[in-house]
Amino acid sequence: MSKNLRINKNNFIDQTIRISFKFNGQKLFGFKGDTLASALLANDIHLVGRSFKYHRPRGIMTCGSEEPNAIVQIGNDPSSTEPNVRATEIELYEGLEAYSQNCWPSVNFDIGGINNFLSPLLPAGFYYKTFMWPASFWEKYEFFIRHSAGLGKSPTKPDTDLYDHQYAHCDVLIIGGGISGILSAKLAAEKGLNTILIDDKNCLGGSTIYQEDDCFKINNDYSNKWLKKEIDNFKNYPNLLIKKRTSLAAFHGYNYLLAKENLTDHLGANERKNKIRQRLWKIRAKKVVIATGSIERPLIFNNNDRPGILLSSSIKKYIDFFGVKNGNEISLFTNNDSAYETAISLNKSGVKVNTIIDIRENSTSSLVKKIQKIGINILWGHTIVNTNGYKRIKSINVQKLSANGESVVGKRIKINCDCLGMSGGWTPMVHLFTQSGGKLKFKDKDYIFIPDMNKSPSDQISVGSCNGNFELDDLISNTIKNIKIFLDLDKTIYDNLNVVCSKESEKRNIWLLPSDKPLSKTKPFLDFQNDSTAKDVKLALREGFKSIEHVKRYTTTGMGTDQGKLSNMHALGIIADTTGTNMGDLGTTTFRPPFTPLTFGSIVGRNVGEFFDHTRKTAIHDWHVENNAKFENVGQWKRAWYFPKNNETMFQAVQRESKAARDGAGILDASTLGKIDIQGTDASEFLNRVYTNAWSKLAIGKCRYGLMLNEDGMVYDDGVTTRLGENHYIMTTTTGGAANVLSKLEDYLQTEWPELDVYLTTVTDQYSTISICGPRSKNIVKKIIPDLDLSDVNFPHMSFKNSKIDNVNCRIMRISFTGEHSYEINIQSNYAKDVWIKCMEAGKEFNITPYGTETMHLLRAEKGFIITGQDTDGTLTPSDLQMDWIIGKKKYDFIGKRSLYRSDTIREDRKQLVGLLTEDPLEVLEEGAQLVEDINKKPVEMLGHVTSSYFSPNLKKSIALAVVRSGKKLKGKRLIVPMENKNINVTITDTVFYDKENKRLNA
Amino acid sequence: MFIINCPYCGERDQSEFSCGGEAHIERPKQPTELSDDQWAEYLFMRKNIKGIQFERWNHAHGCRKWFNVVRDTSNDKIHAVYKMGERPPLK
Ligand SMILES: [Zn+2]
Repeated sequence: MSKNLRINKNNFIDQTIRISFKFNGQKLFGFKGDTLASALLANDIHLVGRSFKYHRPRGIMTCGSEEPNAIVQIGNDPSSTEPNVRATEIELYEGLEAYSQNCWPSVNFDIGGINNFLSPLLPAGFYYKTFMWPASFWEKYEFFIRHSAGLGKSPTKPDTDLYDHQYAHCDVLIIGGGISGILSAKLAAEKGLNTILIDDKNCLGGSTIYQEDDCFKINNDYSNKWLKKEIDNFKNYPNLLIKKRTSLAAFHGYNYLLAKENLTDHLGANERKNKIRQRLWKIRAKKVVIATGSIERPLIFNNNDRPGILLSSSIKKYIDFFGVKNGNEISLFTNNDSAYETAISLNKSGVKVNTIIDIRENSTSSLVKKIQKIGINILWGHTIVNTNGYKRIKSINVQKLSANGESVVGKRIKINCDCLGMSGGWTPMVHLFTQSGGKLKFKDKDYIFIPDMNKSPSDQISVGSCNGNFELDDLISNTIKNIKIFLDLDKTIYDNLNVVCSKESEKRNIWLLPSDKPLSKTKPFLDFQNDSTAKDVKLALREGFKSIEHVKRYTTTGMGTDQGKLSNMHALGIIADTTGTNMGDLGTTTFRPPFTPLTFGSIVGRNVGEFFDHTRKTAIHDWHVENNAKFENVGQWKRAWYFPKNNETMFQAVQRESKAARDGAGILDASTLGKIDIQGTDASEFLNRVYTNAWSKLAIGKCRYGLMLNEDGMVYDDGVTTRLGENHYIMTTTTGGAANVLSKLEDYLQTEWPELDVYLTTVTDQYSTISICGPRSKNIVKKIIPDLDLSDVNFPHMSFKNSKIDNVNCRIMRISFTGEHSYEINIQSNYAKDVWIKCMEAGKEFNITPYGTETMHLLRAEKGFIITGQDTDGTLTPSDLQMDWIIGKKKYDFIGKRSLYRSDTIREDRKQLVGLLTEDPLEVLEEGAQLVEDINKKPVEMLGHVTSSYFSPNLKKSIALAVVRSGKKLKGKRLIVPMENKNINVTITDTVFYDKENKRLNA
Repeated sequence: MFIINCPYCGERDQSEFSCGGEAHIERPKQPTELSDDQWAEYLFMRKNIKGIQFERWNHAHGCRKWFNVVRDTSNDKIHAVYKMGERPPLK
């Protein structure tokens, strides 16, 4: 049974509500308000994982998002288990199950721990050096690496939780609810500004809210008492929105920010049901106040990574906030005054502080004086040269520092302790400022980077300790002074605050503390998660790495899930010291979003499953569903693909549909084709410029096929355009090209030819298109519209008539994409399904057969009609497609014309569209298959590839279209299609396979 | 994610717009008179400046109008927005 290290304290923890949870299968108890880490520590569990490379035992080190070691897997449900959760951040809830992640087979017996003894063989760049060469070694290592690297397990089943997105616009966004954030929020709200305050914790007030000591007073009250009153008073401001449990993930340009709000992650399973788990806030703020505070630095000394070694400020939070002592005999190691605050807190709670080891020679601040009065032993000018204890620290060895701090002198002192707090000063959290594009400046006096406000990329300000103000009086006065300027305030409620605090008198910063052993025999860890030591950084420098970005990647320092929040500054400091460079000149590594990790769920929000993308359905869609259609996605459209009957395969259905369309009648829902209504006195001239052929002479009531190019001369889109009136056309585009064609045409109209009087309107959704083809199509249309003259003389191919079906206006075009006699009925979409059903009924006696896109493709391939995007790929000119007939030779200009006789486009050996017939008529080629002439000459020369291929039921043989180098000249030539297990012989033919004389158009 | 001040609609989120590349490249009035090199200059050559760049933007999910933007590509600051056909602010 584990010990209870809880002291009786009820401010922030509700010790009346007990919560049970499991850690590595062991049932434990904590209280409401605990984090997983505080509950573990209360149960005297420090050892929570193994380090990444050497598998050294590692314990909880911090109490926040900078935690490098206590990374756990939450739950084991395959749809909701979550890896890489920091035990220091997750709130305890009833039934929580957590597992150590970075250990195999178990945290207490860890096979990778052997690496610890092999560590001389695992220097910086180990991964690069070992796994780069020889390649075959990777296989041997992989098993071990995969098992022992401990990156956690991702869920294997779909996430069943709900996630939300919400947009917010505000005058001021304040990031961080510590004292400087609270002051800023109050001033903004007081001015009547629409203000949002976010904080990642469930409790506002930062570290001040548990700072109850007479060394820190505001208006004669303890700083925590004063701040609590200010927070309580927030409810009087309706214009202030407070979002707790909300962490900022990214700060983009123009004050656009992303934040993740946890809504149920702190609740037990019963309370989570039907609730939204997380909400991603997309915030656009006029002004941003960054008040993200600072993180305490560890100290870099030999074996500074044992379980039981924590940041000093974390020990303080665990005792003051959570009521948990981290040991019974605690020592502190520091280079500044912060550790003395911890000592006071521990002393107040009755925890023995054995010794404070301070590398400074002296300090006379009120904090230090208080400790001296209490009688705690302080070893001035000393350092820790080693620590002992494998799974938990047992003792430390201490020696006096030399005057220059580069070595140790005197005799070794051994001090027993079961917990060690270290304080290496503070690092301002400038990540968000730099993410937004801000530049930092180095403050030599404090060894910190702070925001350079002169290089602020947007309307924002950093206040408090993230701006380098660490002492309470400076922090408060500077925050108020700067916010007054930032928000343009005259007088504020905080103008006459009386602040009392301890002032630090001495500073001594040593990035790498010396030991009594040479560096090569020590393990001073820099990056605890990735196991890189000060030695590794020095080795990287010796091996020639100079840039901090390179050293970082080579040693993997700062590349763990904590993103180097603890290690970056020391790495920089050691590089600066070793190379004799000023830290300010080195610069920092780049901080990239996300600042704190986002779940995939919160990123996608509600856009999952059928909401992943927009789905467009035609007006006739329901009929297709009722009639067993299989659908294919064409862009966002759901298009009927084929209509299988009686368990037909796709091949069988398509063969039947294709035959029926030529023998009797076929009907196709062509509503997805893009339709652009073109009007204006210059409409004809406009078409002349955008299509390759001539349009001026097209008579009203006639249709014409057009080919549209890019300026580079390559085919872009095609379709039939009909002249409805003198100044009125309707253009059809391909289904996929509709939106792009419209925007391209708008571009030319607005920017190159603003003088043209032309108006474009998309009517794709307003009109539906029903295409009826086949020898009996005429009979069917006649039945639906009896008074329409369908004679070839009065209604020839490529012409159009306005008509009515049951008093509903419609446009009938006689155009054909199958080579059959056919009609397209265009009708207002809300009538389309009725008209479709009417056609089906009228066509029953002629065996009218609904067909989908696959049959459409097959039928047009029999006729050699191209599909842009399938037979073309943006590299083919009209001439390459053997469509020279469509180039208006007499036209002075059109889009792409000049490119048609560039040196490259007139080459004769360009790839050109041809037909292919297989030697074996039953052999159907694979689309995309390569074409070669000589299979034996190596390397085999690729001449082209198959673009379309089908078995034609009407010709009873396999047909294909292909692009082949110099294809136009190669008619009759035999080529080979090499496949995995055979070579297929083919012959180059015409592109038209069926009805070469076009007799069937008028059949 | 910057904010663009559409000259027709006002300030809108970047996601409503699409960029059309470098501005003030006029389509030659008589392409057929041009040599291959001259045509290629119009067709392919773009500056892609780091710094102040004159660009075409389209309010694609709004009024569908094209207009010009002066943007510093190094920090996304937009210095001016003006309509098609208007004279660019002094370069
Ligand atoms: Zn607009």
